Amino acid sequence: MAAPETPPTSSLRYAFGNVLSIFILLLIGVLAFSIRLFSVIKYESVIHEFDPYFNYRVTQYLTKTGVYDFWNWFDDRTWYPLGRVIGGTVYPGLTLTAGSLWKILNSLNIPLSVETVCVFTAPIFSAFASWAAYLLTKEVKGVGAGLTAAALLAMVPSYISRSVAGSYDNEAVAIFALIFTFYLYVKTLNTGSLFYATINAMAYFYMVCSWGGYTFIINLIPMHVLLCIVTGRYSSRLYIAYAPLVVLGTLLASLVPVVGFNAVMTSEHFASFLVFIVIHVVALVYYIKGILTPQMFKVAVTIVVSVGLIICVAVLAVLIALVASSPTKGWSGRSLSLLDPTYASKYIPIIASVSEHQPPTWPSYFMDINVLAFLVPAGIIACFSPLSDASSFAVLYIVTSVYFSGVMVRLMLVLAPAACIISGIALSEAFDVLTRSIKYQFHDKTENPQLSAGDTSNNSKTDEVKMEKSEDSLKERSSRKNKKKAKDTEKASVISRIEQRLLVLPFEVSLIAIFLLVLLGAFYVVHSVWAAAEAYSAPSIVLTSHSHDGLHVFDDFREAYGWLRHNTEVDDKVASWWDYGYQTTAMANRTVIVDNNTWNNTHIATVGTAMSSPEKAAWEIFNSLDVKYVLVVFGGLVGYPSDDINKFLWMVRIGGGVFPHIKEPDYLRDGQYRIDSEATPTMLNCLMYKLSYHRFVETDGKGYDRVRHTEIGKKYFKLTHFEEVFTTHHWMVRIYKLKPPRNRIRGKTKKSKTQKASSKRSGAKKNPWR
Amino acid sequence: MQCDLCILKPHQSHQSQISSSVHYLLVTEIISAADPKMKRFRFDLSLFILLGFCMLFSPAVSSLVISQLDRKIDLSSHIVRSTVSLKVENNGDDSVSEVLLPFTEKQAKSLAFLTASIGEGKGKAKGSFDSVPLKPVNPEGMNPKLTWYSVSLRKELLKGGSITLEVKAVYAQILRPFPEKITQADVQLVSFEESACYLSPYAVNVQLLTVKLPEPKVESYTKLDISKFSGSEIKYGPYENIAPFSSIPITVHYVNNHPFSVARELVREIEISHWGNVQVTESYNLVHAGAEITGEFSRLDYQARPHVRGASAFRNLVAKLPPRAHSIYFRDEIGNISTSNVWSDSTKTLLEIEPRYPMFGGWRSSFTVGYGLPLQDFLFLSEGKRVLDISFGCPMNEVVIENLTVKIVLPEGSNDISASVPFPIEQQSQETKFSHLDMVGRPVVVLEKKNVVPEHNQHFQVSYQFSNLSLLREPIMLVFGFFLFFVACIAYAHADLTISKSSSSYLSKLQWDEVQTAIQQFQNVMNRCLIIHDKLEASLRDLSRTGDLQTCKAARKAADSTLKELSKELKPLLSFLQSSSQATQLLPKVDELVSKEKELQEKLMLKHSTVTDSYEKKSGGREIENRVASIQQKISVLRQEVDDLLEVIDI
Repeated sequence: MAAPETPPTSSLRYAFGNVLSIFILLLIGVLAFSIRLFSVIKYESVIHEFDPYFNYRVTQYLTKTGVYDFWNWFDDRTWYPLGRVIGGTVYPGLTLTAGSLWKILNSLNIPLSVETVCVFTAPIFSAFASWAAYLLTKEVKGVGAGLTAAALLAMVPSYISRSVAGSYDNEAVAIFALIFTFYLYVKTLNTGSLFYATINAMAYFYMVCSWGGYTFIINLIPMHVLLCIVTGRYSSRLYIAYAPLVVLGTLLASLVPVVGFNAVMTSEHFASFLVFIVIHVVALVYYIKGILTPQMFKVAVTIVVSVGLIICVAVLAVLIALVASSPTKGWSGRSLSLLDPTYASKYIPIIASVSEHQPPTWPSYFMDINVLAFLVPAGIIACFSPLSDASSFAVLYIVTSVYFSGVMVRLMLVLAPAACIISGIALSEAFDVLTRSIKYQFHDKTENPQLSAGDTSNNSKTDEVKMEKSEDSLKERSSRKNKKKAKDTEKASVISRIEQRLLVLPFEVSLIAIFLLVLLGAFYVVHSVWAAAEAYSAPSIVLTSHSHDGLHVFDDFREAYGWLRHNTEVDDKVASWWDYGYQTTAMANRTVIVDNNTWNNTHIATVGTAMSSPEKAAWEIFNSLDVKYVLVVFGGLVGYPSDDINKFLWMVRIGGGVFPHIKEPDYLRDGQYRIDSEATPTMLNCLMYKLSYHRFVETDGKGYDRVRHTEIGKKYFKLTHFEEVFTTHHWMVRIYKLKPPRNRIRGKTKKSKTQKASSKRSGAKKNPWR
Repeated sequence: MQCDLCILKPHQSHQSQISSSVHYLLVTEIISAADPKMKRFRFDLSLFILLGFCMLFSPAVSSLVISQLDRKIDLSSHIVRSTVSLKVENNGDDSVSEVLLPFTEKQAKSLAFLTASIGEGKGKAKGSFDSVPLKPVNPEGMNPKLTWYSVSLRKELLKGGSITLEVKAVYAQILRPFPEKITQADVQLVSFEESACYLSPYAVNVQLLTVKLPEPKVESYTKLDISKFSGSEIKYGPYENIAPFSSIPITVHYVNNHPFSVARELVREIEISHWGNVQVTESYNLVHAGAEITGEFSRLDYQARPHVRGASAFRNLVAKLPPRAHSIYFRDEIGNISTSNVWSDSTKTLLEIEPRYPMFGGWRSSFTVGYGLPLQDFLFLSEGKRVLDISFGCPMNEVVIENLTVKIVLPEGSNDISASVPFPIEQQSQETKFSHLDMVGRPVVVLEKKNVVPEHNQHFQVSYQFSNLSLLREPIMLVFGFFLFFVACIAYAHADLTISKSSSSYLSKLQWDEVQTAIQQFQNVMNRCLIIHDKLEASLRDLSRTGDLQTCKAARKAADSTLKELSKELKPLLSFLQSSSQATQLLPKVDELVSKEKELQEKLMLKHSTVTDSYEKKSGGREIENRVASIQQKISVLRQEVDDLLEVIDI
């Protein structure tokens, strides 16, 4: 018993622990950053995918012209001839973040290009996100759980998929903002400090700036508040945590142009206001309860409840009437498809056509959160012993995010941090129990050999001895100025004192369990690194394939965009399916008709109609849109599966949704989509088919399509209204130019013919631009 | 003012002056050098113009005769190189010190490079040619459309003397594609216009013109009396006794599928780092300046028969970089271009780059090539100054550059900068560039030149002074910055940032801290009490197991004494809490806790004594249980309450 020695060693241990955890956090940050660099090392420092190109372009504009021009930016390079008000329709958080990062670096004379800053924004923010996860979990379950959660989040594949270097997407910063907002909420809830409440509102503002997913926060926090109230956990801390957030947060949110009055008008925000009212009522009730005697209180309750109910019913009726009067019930399409997973596929094909809006499959859960899926239930149980305000929040977070991830594969991203936090708690609790039981039994065996045969009471005795020791040290420590931590551990010790006797496992069992847990963690690490290196690091604009003679690079997209950029007129309009809109404006700097911001369904349907019409009709549509070049993506030569022919049915569907003369069955033979000789004549004569397979047969003599694994149906045909101006090296992108209209010298007979033709189909809604 | 060999050295001291003044000085000096008699007037420009008029009837021109003239024009690439060897004889009375070379307006416009060298009299050995300085002159009374250069001879040509002069001229973009637009399948035809006899202010006795074509294919050529087409050469002449300024226009229309690679703009940035690296970054704005492609471009045709369907296109460019070039990259504004190859040996590094797409006529592309070079290969010390010696033009094969800007970024803190280029350049200026953590910026020497051809790929020198200590500036700055940061952190951690120490809120906070401490101590004591209770219970269990009454009693005694000690410990704490105003809310709870604990203690003691008594009386286990049961119930209730209270007072 070296009682007098314990205080200095333990305080040293405490300081050492602090330094150690800071060091571990630093390492976690480095890990989070560096695991996302595979794409830069394996490929190059380049922006990936489609949306990031838009963000990159916006950032370039911001850094070039300044923030005021950015707010007023009307972009005439896209959605020709409508254009798009970028400043008012974009979530500016990411752009402003990267822009100010760039500005700071440049003011320090560190000459990084905007592109470099954009490429590395996501990895930097994922390091921040794992630190935020540490803070949040620390508030819920202590430092150990926090560190575990941070380490898990640093390499969770789901988050990596959206934040590898070059994936310059809103989600990259939004996940950080999300976790940080939750942390500040829980922190406020634990401390009741108005300071944190204010910071929380600011963090919420940042989240609103960054991502449309902020509605998740503004619904989850009210839900938690309601849960607390219902379970009788109302306290002034809860009030401080919630009321300022709603007031300040809503005010700040409406400052973001893209949100504006939506912050008070749409149903997504309705829950927060309702709970805001409820919490005030509850606060009032608690106050009155304090003033009145119990008997008086009972009388008051009956009166208030009867009157209040009537008013509530009246207000609710008015609200419901208001909400029901709008066709979408005040919800946006995307939110509705969350509440009703079948909504999008029924009414909005354009949302349904995006693969990341599909519900996920089971393997994708395993792919994206891996072993966390098994740890989550254990973590939820750990959260219930004991249930605090903070841990109930964690449970609520995981439950709701599991639901949302089940609706849309993209929202797996919201689930990932929750899963990490809960699994962090589970792992840390498990390790806690196991190492403690090992430690005690180890002590038994070494220090008290005479007691080694002892039963639980002996154990408890030694426990108590230890407790005494630790409490002595605690006493010493608590006389120091810094007591917060001491109190926490003491509290834990009081609780654990009760539990310890229950939670001691046999030595061998705990040893094996620790080994298995480490194995599980190792498996997770291996999987995450694999996912980061192989699955999620390939930039979609550069494709590679391994063949017997080494690595082969398919750089066709940039070849085509580069060609467009340098060899067409600045004001030429390029039509393509909307997937390639952002890239065309960013890389080729040419005006496009539609792009990935799918705000105008009719416009997209027009392009879809053109693509699925025969050549002449398509030419007319494109010509009326001032289009000079048509770009199609074709993978048949090299076997690139996500090409336009495979997306074609969506063009037909979306086009047919607005222009009824395009009928999906016309393109299907017996309900099957095919391009071989069995295909329907409508299919074989549509523009997309012709542009994709123009002179394709001459490559191998048969016209064998390596994606569809079949010979094409119509092999030899000539284009009458389009001419090929560029095809990339692997034929993946083909660019056609609209031929100029024919001279009208001998036009009399022709003219009457076309007039007849047009009068024939004048009934159909053909071309909205004429 | 395109071509002379006047080196800029005399003007090194005028670096900071604006370019026009440099130009002016240049002009004055050129003129004065052209006529030594004018040397004394060089200080005044107006005087020079006045005297220029006096020079109107200079007699120098006609006394020379070219006895033999052999002209070779090489049309094998898109850069036209003509080599003229002139045998000049002085038939006049006076000795002559200069030979005039006229160029037509068209030639002058595309003339990129001009050198002259002199072979001494009879010596036919080619090695004995010495290059001589050339100056643009403006002899009066001649056709103003002509541009004149004068070769000043090192030794004056005496009467009857002869000299062999070799003049090399390089023309960029003088070939005209005809037709101007071709389809993918067509070959590229260009037309070249020249005069069959050399334009000269002197009479020519015998002259011969050889035109070398890239391929033995010619669409048409002007047929003269004595002209011959054989192989890939067209020969005109020999013509004899030709009067001065005579001209017989000829046109050669021939197949030239050579890449017409023209860089509209090239910016070369050469950045010197004294840590051992010279970083060269070249951004090209390339265009195929041949016949433009019209109509379809079919990849199929191009891939199937690239030499037929796409004969005029070029796929790649080869750059010859210095040896030991490293970290080579090739990219454009949308990322890395993956089609490049590097071969290196001890004398050179060959870099083959392929633009993203084959360059057909009229197609443009822009890209950046960058590489690092070892510093010791290019930087030398001479007379206390550092001299950078590096090539001026672009390393690409056969590329014509319309506007070349060479920027030499010197390390921060260099001074006394001067540049010397072995041929005239349009503009030289200085600017400042801010790069990695610079405080005052790095001086940049900017050299601009138009119409640059591979012949300009000569080394030029930039000398400057630089102290090695400046190298340490940035590391020291970083070290100091981090040091300050940590010091600030330490200071922050130790500083008491309370605004006022006498304010009530601060005092109440202090009090609150004390109360918290007291409460914690109180909790500690309580916990220890509870542990002792546990011990008592344990001793009872031991008793039931072993029946050892003595140890049990001993345990009870020990417990009694510790509990007393603890209650003593508790007293000052309680009194403090009672006295403190901050603890008023907590006080009832604390008091309640104390009383409950007391009660619990009593009950426990009661239980203990009951059990021990029963053991002494040797009563049965069940009897004991019955007697203890009611107490046990109370104990557990009390225990629960105590635990709850402990949690409640926990702040």
